[in-house]
Amino acid sequence: MAYEIIVCIKQVPDTENLSGEAMKEDGTVNRSALPAIVNPEDLNALEMALQIKEQHGGRISVITMGPPSAAEALRAALYRGADRAVLITDRKFAASDTLATSYILSQAIRKLPEADLVVCGRQAIDGDTAQIGPQLAEKLGLPQFTYVEEIVNLDGRAITVRRSLEGDAEVVRGPLPALLTVVGTANHPRPPAARRMFRYKKARAACELDSAEAQESLGERGLLIEQWGADEIDCDAERCGGTGSPTKVKKIASVKLVSEERVEVDPTNEGLAGLVRELIAEHILE
Amino acid sequence: MRSEGSSLMADESKLWVFAEVEDNRIADVSLELVTKARELAGHYDNGRVGAFLLGHSVSALADTLFEYGCDDVYLAEHPSLARYTTLPYARIITQLIEKGKPEIVIFGATTTGRDLAPRVASELKTGLTADCTDLQIAPHKDALSQKTYDRLLHQIRPAFGGNIIATIITPDARPQMSTVREGVMRMGKPQKGRKGNLVRFDAELPPETQVVEVLERSRVQKRVNLKAANIIVAGGAGVGSRENFNLIREFARVIGAEVGASRAAVDAGYIEKAHQVGQTGTTVRPKLYIACGISGAVQHRAGMQESGKIVAINTDPDAPIFQVAHYGIVGDLNEVIPKLIEAYKENTK
Repeated sequence: MAYEIIVCIKQVPDTENLSGEAMKEDGTVNRSALPAIVNPEDLNALEMALQIKEQHGGRISVITMGPPSAAEALRAALYRGADRAVLITDRKFAASDTLATSYILSQAIRKLPEADLVVCGRQAIDGDTAQIGPQLAEKLGLPQFTYVEEIVNLDGRAITVRRSLEGDAEVVRGPLPALLTVVGTANHPRPPAARRMFRYKKARAACELDSAEAQESLGERGLLIEQWGADEIDCDAERCGGTGSPTKVKKIASVKLVSEERVEVDPTNEGLAGLVRELIAEHILE
Repeated sequence: MRSEGSSLMADESKLWVFAEVEDNRIADVSLELVTKARELAGHYDNGRVGAFLLGHSVSALADTLFEYGCDDVYLAEHPSLARYTTLPYARIITQLIEKGKPEIVIFGATTTGRDLAPRVASELKTGLTADCTDLQIAPHKDALSQKTYDRLLHQIRPAFGGNIIATIITPDARPQMSTVREGVMRMGKPQKGRKGNLVRFDAELPPETQVVEVLERSRVQKRVNLKAANIIVAGGAGVGSRENFNLIREFARVIGAEVGASRAAVDAGYIEKAHQVGQTGTTVRPKLYIACGISGAVQHRAGMQESGKIVAINTDPDAPIFQVAHYGIVGDLNEVIPKLIEAYKENTK
């Protein structure tokens, strides 16, 4: 049977490959100097969806919530084989925490054809929270399979997956529809396909275009990236953005990479034995 | 809920911890969190520390939780809870929180805690802060509304690949929820014989929460698992040769550590890339990180500076690695490591 699959992706600053230019003299990171990429594990999620489609047939809709510039992440998904791309963008969505974000994504997903599988990356490299997957599953009332490394079996009504849990492997089975979060070791995401890139590099969302004519023209050629705001997906304003976010950022400090206190240990037998005993007493060494 | 001890008071502030069961014992991280909750409870006039314990035939483990400082243990036992699956655990914990109305609920940032806590927080429509490295109780004044709060949980966590530290608060929604990394908080000493209230909770598990089945769970031997390592012994350019890296391996083997390396050691061919720590390799947060002959380039430090304790061994007293070290040893690793191995063997006989 063919599967209706929704993949959620996020555009993030590339914090993993810090170039020298992004580092400031004092050892902190100049965040604005980091290039925007598709979150790495979201590409693993897309790859998993593409492999399901290749094996069983189906359709893949990729959605992202973000500023207008996040349309670039959707083009990256179209280059790799996504059938449909939707940009969820609205000023009302700014400053959303994970609870508000999962609510907004769930509202968008309700507007799409009913999915058999919702697939997300395990976590994004800017926040590292890994919360959107489980929160979105809860909002949609779906069972969740997190840390998925492999789909062991998929038979139309049920799915069996292998989860990778920090040294343990767990095989679990449950019904469809379901939500998966995918880890980076699941697969090797394919690069953009040249032919699709040639076609979709012209794809644009309405927010990237300055005229209705341009939208119409792209729409006729199947190159208009759909764009939904709060009204299109019936979002309750109270549950979006800062208003809908129970958590607030009180303070942000750049890491200076300096420990608060340091003990000098003598490199003698006595000094080193003292260190070892202290670490054992604190249950750090066992 | 049926209480087997004295009744609970009305005007108290409850701080709860998820008691994760691992190999039929309470996971270390949960005991670390009980210790922390005990400390935080001291900031309230009538703070009570509770833990929720779920499983099948796990009631005996409640004693451990009391000894580490719990006043109350909320116990749910059911055959379907023998193995962790998200839906039944989330259902029971959500019900417990709705009834008990704790101020604060903390989970270990284990794969289980990170699967479970967001599901629960979403259902309760409250805030959750992931992977906290510190928790503090402090007052807060909202700059816009001028509303003041006497005691809010200040949840401190790294973000942006470890490049920033953010302080997150949940001013109005309750409970205030966090997950905390293993090994970041100190584990207190148990008080033998300390008792508390055991509160049994009758688990109601409708069929829709029992649709996921664990078929198999196994330990897979991964060649290098830096992320999960409690202790990492890492070597850098100062190790000097591929052969001499065996000293690092031997040290790691003796103290039960995983082997890490700096980019310089990897580039020099002393060891495989899979062992590389740092922002171009793996970012790690072990309980203990021992840096041997590593100078400490910014990118390496950024990849390991959240380790619980950092020991640095280097011949150069000005090496930047000492800036992040909790214990600095200025000396030759070829002399220092054998002495550390010997001292370890002496003290763990």
